[in-house]
Amino acid sequence: MNIDRRLFQLLQEERAPFILSVVAGSISSVMLIGQAFWLSTIIDGAFMQKKGLGELLSPIGLFALFSTLRMLFNWASHGEANRGTVAIRKKLFSRLTGTIGSLGPVYARSVQSGRLSTTLLKGVEALDAYFSSYIPQIFLALFTPLLILAAIFPGDWLSGLILLLSAPLIPLFMILIGKTASAMTEKQWKTMSRMSGYFLDVLQGLPTLKLFAESERQRDTIEEAGETFRMATMRVLKIAFLSSLTLELVGTIGTAIIAVSIGLRLMDGQLTFQHALFVLVLTPDFFLPLRQLGTKFHAGMEGVSASKEIFEILDRSPAPFRETASSGGSAAEKSAIVFTEVTCTYPGAFRPALEGISFAIPTGKTTAVIGPSGAGKSTLVNLLLRFQEPAEGSLTIDGRPIHDTPLARWHEKISWVPQHPTLFNATLRENILLARHDASPEELQGAMEQTGLSEFVASLPDGLDTMIGEQGARLSGGEAQRVALARAFIKNAPFLVLDEPTSHTDPELETALRSSMEALMQGRTTVIIAHRLETIQSADQIVVLNEGKLVRCGTHDELLAAGGFYRDAMRLQQEEAA
Amino acid sequence: MKTFLRLAALVKPYFWWMALVAFIGFATTGSGIGLLMTSGYIIAKAALQPPMSALHLGIAGVRFFGLARGMLRYAERLLSHDTTFRILTKLRLWFYDAIEPLAPARLMHFRSGDLLQRVVDDIQSLENIYTRVLAPPLTALFVSALMWFLLGTYSLGASLLILFFHLLAGIGVPLLAMRLSRGVSVGIMKEKTAQQLLALDLFQGIGELQIYGKLPEHLEAMRTAEETKLRLQRKNALIDGLHESLTGLLMNGAVVAILWALVPAISTPGMNGISLTIVTLAVMASFEPFLPLPASLKHLEADTHAGERLFEILDAKPETTTPAAPLPFPKEPAIRAENLSFSYPGSTAKTLDGISFAALPGEHIAIVGPSGAGKSTITALLMRFWNTPEGSLTIGGADIERFDPEELRRNMALVSQRTYLFARTIRENLLLARPEATDQELKKALTAAGLGHFSSKLDEWSGQHGMKLSGGERQRIAIARMVLQNAPVMILDEATANLDGVTEKEVTETLATLGKGKTMITITHRLKAMDQYDAIVVLDKGKIAEQGRHEELMQGKGLYRRMWELQHTTELV
Repeated sequence: MNIDRRLFQLLQEERAPFILSVVAGSISSVMLIGQAFWLSTIIDGAFMQKKGLGELLSPIGLFALFSTLRMLFNWASHGEANRGTVAIRKKLFSRLTGTIGSLGPVYARSVQSGRLSTTLLKGVEALDAYFSSYIPQIFLALFTPLLILAAIFPGDWLSGLILLLSAPLIPLFMILIGKTASAMTEKQWKTMSRMSGYFLDVLQGLPTLKLFAESERQRDTIEEAGETFRMATMRVLKIAFLSSLTLELVGTIGTAIIAVSIGLRLMDGQLTFQHALFVLVLTPDFFLPLRQLGTKFHAGMEGVSASKEIFEILDRSPAPFRETASSGGSAAEKSAIVFTEVTCTYPGAFRPALEGISFAIPTGKTTAVIGPSGAGKSTLVNLLLRFQEPAEGSLTIDGRPIHDTPLARWHEKISWVPQHPTLFNATLRENILLARHDASPEELQGAMEQTGLSEFVASLPDGLDTMIGEQGARLSGGEAQRVALARAFIKNAPFLVLDEPTSHTDPELETALRSSMEALMQGRTTVIIAHRLETIQSADQIVVLNEGKLVRCGTHDELLAAGGFYRDAMRLQQEEAA
Repeated sequence: MKTFLRLAALVKPYFWWMALVAFIGFATTGSGIGLLMTSGYIIAKAALQPPMSALHLGIAGVRFFGLARGMLRYAERLLSHDTTFRILTKLRLWFYDAIEPLAPARLMHFRSGDLLQRVVDDIQSLENIYTRVLAPPLTALFVSALMWFLLGTYSLGASLLILFFHLLAGIGVPLLAMRLSRGVSVGIMKEKTAQQLLALDLFQGIGELQIYGKLPEHLEAMRTAEETKLRLQRKNALIDGLHESLTGLLMNGAVVAILWALVPAISTPGMNGISLTIVTLAVMASFEPFLPLPASLKHLEADTHAGERLFEILDAKPETTTPAAPLPFPKEPAIRAENLSFSYPGSTAKTLDGISFAALPGEHIAIVGPSGAGKSTITALLMRFWNTPEGSLTIGGADIERFDPEELRRNMALVSQRTYLFARTIRENLLLARPEATDQELKKALTAAGLGHFSSKLDEWSGQHGMKLSGGERQRIAIARMVLQNAPVMILDEATANLDGVTEKEVTETLATLGKGKTMITITHRLKAMDQYDAIVVLDKGKIAEQGRHEELMQGKGLYRRMWELQHTTELV
């Protein structure tokens, strides 16, 4: 994956502002030369030609005009580069969120927490410097010095030659020193993040330190680690900063050489004072853009490394679903969902999560899915919810492939109550009405009563308008499950996917959740990942999974008669109870 | 302003370092000015075609200033980084010292590592308070003073003029920029927080969002937040550009004003063409240190916010303090709660409501109940993380507040549900429990905890950067710590809750062996092997539902019996 080419592609999509930026920057450079010319003319006039203020009015006016124009164009150049950058960032952010959204929960859960949000929120921002500073600077670092050379050469070819010869020294040193320095800087960054990780570790473990009465001693460790880090880093920086020393020296010594050489030629009368001053004023500006390129390069590179993660996500963009035109009213409620030889494999897994699964889910009945952890229960649910695609085999509804139904349409037909429901950063009301915003107050009230939420809501300071989620009130697992059940009641979809709660600590809570769930399952096609005996026994069909394979499928009595895992589990259960 | 002064006070010990760095920074810019002045001197002098010797001084000058500028810049960068690192260590120690007495009560809000990470980031961002906030205005001030002095030798009027332009560039323009960008940085920060929450909701709830058809809406909300942020950032960038351009304009304005003032005076004594050239070039070079001022203002704003957030955490009274004359830990540590009540700050509900129980020396008791019953609060009170304002909690007959918390914790070993392992070696993680332990003792403790095979891995890293330990292994490390601590009281707070059935059984057995002859309080919601306890306290919603031995409780029809049945008869194993 060629990062630079892909970044360039982004640039191409927003060409106009960057072209304007470079044009404005170039005009600003031309103004710089004019400014230097008029300044040298004024001083030459006053000094060598003994002109009074009155005679110098027009060059002074022109100097002021050129200065003003230069600043205006300079501002415009920055502004335009920024405009283009903002457009690119906006586009990239939008694409990235879109991709993450369509990759769905299976992907979001597979990525280490924090990494996605770093890429999305900090990664895109890190590209700012690349587009707004580095890219325009590449052009200006080439254009401005060449323009200055062109202005100097006609009047003083020797100075031009000196500058021309010293200019390549800057990129040369930058490359020579930059390579070792950047490797070292990278190493230093790693130690630095290790160091701040170390501090975080101490803070996170502070309660533990207190338990062992060790928190005081820890203080010395922080100090010691800080000192060690400082000394190690300074050793690196002593070398890394040599590059900026060299660049600085090329600039200052270049200026010194120019000053001396034009001074000597002035003495011989080979040069006019006006041109000498003109050259001298322009010399620092000759080196400046080259030196700036160095600093901006570093800022830009940070963005480039961040963009690797961005493109990695964008490249995962799933193929769009084949949505056939004839997909009108598919009728989930009328017919069974049939799994035929379904196989599903996660990347990097050594065996399929599901392998050759075939069974049918009867309409309006309850199917319980059981099996030890790792049996493939969640994968089966993910397939039904279409969070995941089967690698092989087919899922059909009413004889037609499930994918004939557009994803959004499919989701309209399903309610889902997961083991750990997500509570969004919003009010409790909004969290419940997530299921259907136009639900009537009566419907909301009904759902709350059916899930036992009413009592809980009454205990909250702001009732239904209490903020919950990351920054709001904390809800217990049982309360969160009630919210998820209330959502399902309000959505009132014909098809239901449930993950039965497994924390068996509170008898009252269990009974309450159980009866809400039963009410919800009434008359709906239900697939439930079951853990409780009662649930399993009362299901119309039980699917036993083990290591990704379907072991048995049938009613409680059929399975007991057949033996195997099911009967063993039941027997163990009886022994425990005795 | 108050926050800033408090922050400045923190870096005060480094005042002389900072002064040195600021001086070198000033000398660097000064060399730049010197280089241009001497260069101007050379060509102006040469234009009059004097003898060669007249240029010697100028040539020596450009050589000196040319080299000095590079060298000084190098020294400045090294020194300023060195100072920055020293300040960072100092800031961390400061924060640690301040948070230590507050932990863990005040750290309760930082349950998710993300928030704590932000605290660490805030401290990190403060390290720049010197290099980015304090140094640039200081350098500008020095340079301005130098120019005032230099120009004063030529003409008082000119020196006043340059002072005026420096004031505009150093105070007027930054004030203008600050006015224009008022609220922008805060707005950006707000949008970032909003985005972070939206992103968290997206990553965690993407499934629900899809099922309920809310994904497009949520993504749209994220994009709207991004657009608002971008609009504010663009505003910021434009103001920055304006600031830079205005500073440039002021530089050229100063040049015009100086020419205007000095050209008519050119043949008066003390002023000639050479001086005019030198002065003009010096004026141009003197504006360089004013360019970083807008950035320094922004850093000031950001640092003040970071400081406010940190002070907000730290400006709290410690929950528990060491009494003036602490009692020694009793030989016979009978633990007794009488009518004990407790509620967490900010909550009206009582987490514990008038509970009484006792664990006599050598007794093993269990505290059970559904989650949310208040079980773990008892641990927190025993460990002196909180005060006990209502009812009494005594050890060996003396109120728990009369002991030194550290002494208490040394004598009451705790294994909780989540064992924190530091990102260090196994040895260091174990030594916490007994710093003077020999390797032999560490190995013995590991063996006792059923981790004999770890004896050869003492130097391996654990935690985030090291080898990953399974839940069972982590709990066993905690048990090894407990063995090393060898305290007379053992508290097990859901110590085996995260373990699978087989491991749970093994760990429970290990703990029972260790607990022989010691006072042990086990807190659990899983009712396994309950007949080993001398007493079982059943908690429900902060109150004691029932109390007794396993057989007695099973005979009743109370909560205990129902919990036991729920766990043993309705759950598919």
